Parts: sequence; C-alpha cells; structure tokens
Amino acid sequence: MESDKIETLLEKYFEATSTVAEEESLRTYFSGHAIAPHLEQYAPMFQYFSKAKEERFTKKVPTPKPIWHKQAIYRWISVAAVAVLLFGVYFGREYQERKDAEYAYAETKKALDLLAQNFSKGTEKVAYLKQFEKTKQKIYNEN
Amino acid sequence: MQQSDFLKVVMPFKDKLYRMAKRLLVSTEEAEDATQEILLKLWTKNKDFESYKNVEAFAMTMTKNFCLDRLKSKQAGNLKLVHSNYQDENTSLQRQLETKDSIGWVQKIMEDLPEQQKMVLQLRDVEDYDFEEISEMLNMQPTAVRVTLSRARKAVREKLLQKHSYGIG
Repeated sequence: MESDKIETLLEKYFEATSTVAEEESLRTYFSGHAIAPHLEQYAPMFQYFSKAKEERFTKKVPTPKPIWHKQAIYRWISVAAVAVLLFGVYFGREYQERKDAEYAYAETKKALDLLAQNFSKGTEKVAYLKQFEKTKQKIYNEN
Repeated sequence: MQQSDFLKVVMPFKDKLYRMAKRLLVSTEEAEDATQEILLKLWTKNKDFESYKNVEAFAMTMTKNFCLDRLKSKQAGNLKLVHSNYQDENTSLQRQLETKDSIGWVQKIMEDLPEQQKMVLQLRDVEDYDFEEISEMLNMQPTAVRVTLSRARKAVREKLLQKHSYGIG
C-alpha cells in the first residue's frame, strides 16, 4: 500500500474516525516488512496490538455443579415428604373410618343376635306358659 | 443450560475477558483469578441468558466492574504499593525482554494510561469492537468513546515518540 494512503489512514486513526476494517489494514501494513522509514515510529503500536490479541486464557472454565442444585433436591424431597404425609393422613383416616364402621356393624350384629336369641328363649318359655294355661283350663272344666 | 451449552457460549469470548482483566489488573495471576470469578458468576446466572440480548457485552461489563472494584479496594487497603513491589521483584526474564524491545514499550505506556482510556483502547484496538458495542460495555455515549479513544491513541503515540527520540530502552 502506498505510504500517503497509510498517512491518511493514520490521521483518521488518531482522530478515531477510522473504521475497524481500516484499522485492520493499518495493522496488516505495519506487520509487514515494507514499512516506509518515516512511518516506522508507529510500527510498535500496531505490532503490539496484533500481539496482544494472541494472549489466551489457559485456565479451566469453572462449571461446578451449581450449589442451588443440591438445595433444589432437598426442596423436592421435602415436597415429596409432605405429599406422602398427606396421603398417609387421608388414607389412614379413611381406613380408620372403615374399621370403625366394621366394628360398629359387628357390635350391632352381636347385640341383635343376642336379642334374637333371648327372644326365642322367651318364646319357648311362653310356650310352657300356654301349656300351663291349657292344663289349668282342663282342670277348671273338669270341676 | 447444560455445561456444554454454556461452554459453547463462553468459549468465543473468554480470552477477551481475560485480556481485559489483564489490561486493568496487570498481573497475570490476578487476571486469571478475576476471569475465573467472572466465568463462575456467569455460570451461576446462565438461566437468565435469554434475557440478555448480548451475553458477551454483559460479560465484558461484568469484567470491567469487577476489575475496577478490585483496583479500588486495593488502593483503599493501601495494597498497591505491596503489589508493585512484588511485581518488581518477580520481573520475569520474558518481561525484561518485552520491555527492552519497542513493542514492550507500548505495553508499558498503556499501563500508565487512565483506566477509561486503557479500556477503550483495549476494546477497540485489540478486540476490534465497534463504537456501539464499546459504549454498551462501558456504559458511555458513543461520542465519548470516540473522544476517549482518540485521546488514548494520541497519548500512546506521544509517549512512544518521546521514548523513540530519547532512545531509552
């Protein structure tokens, strides 16, 4: 590239009105060997910028398993525990109710059975009574 | 976001964050620590990535703020002196070589620039961002970016020419 063109670019460069592409061409010019002697004083600047680009971050990018992940697990475990507890209470109560009903049924049945038993016993006794009455009547009639 | 997705997003600009950190903090170890810290912060925030329209610019702003905070706390804690002593004692062979040649001068010169000029020069001349991106990253008006950049470039030129004519190596 002709040096007068470079000079124009340099002027724009120091006024910060040059484009990224123009600055790129300046860097290319100064990284070459055909630098005009009167422009050589600017060379270190552009050479340094080109060199500075090459520096790399060599350490590992840290991506630990996030701490909130662990907390989230605990949170979900507690949610599950509460759900299990609620289920337990609900079904437990239902089971208890059924048990209670069954018990009441059994007790009622037992009571009714007892009643029926005693009732039939009573009927038997009344049958005796009838016999007695009959015999009594017979005796009356005979007299 | 999975680890691999995150790496895919971060890989293209992690070096740029590191170079920015190093430009501000000078020390390699400090810059590495800062970069790791920032990447870690990004990783913990990666759920919100969709809400940032430009993750790279956001990360660069984070780097800038983080490093400026570091510098501020160092000055407040009067640790700057200790830090530069430390640096001098441990001047590596490579660094000595760097400062001997004229390319190394530019690095030295940039170290002495005000932070704002350093950052603008770094983002433009090393990383090739355009003015809009830089103004977003540094939270500056584009015209202010232009002015600062011009001043920074002229300052570097002036000091470089001084050294050149004095012949100090």
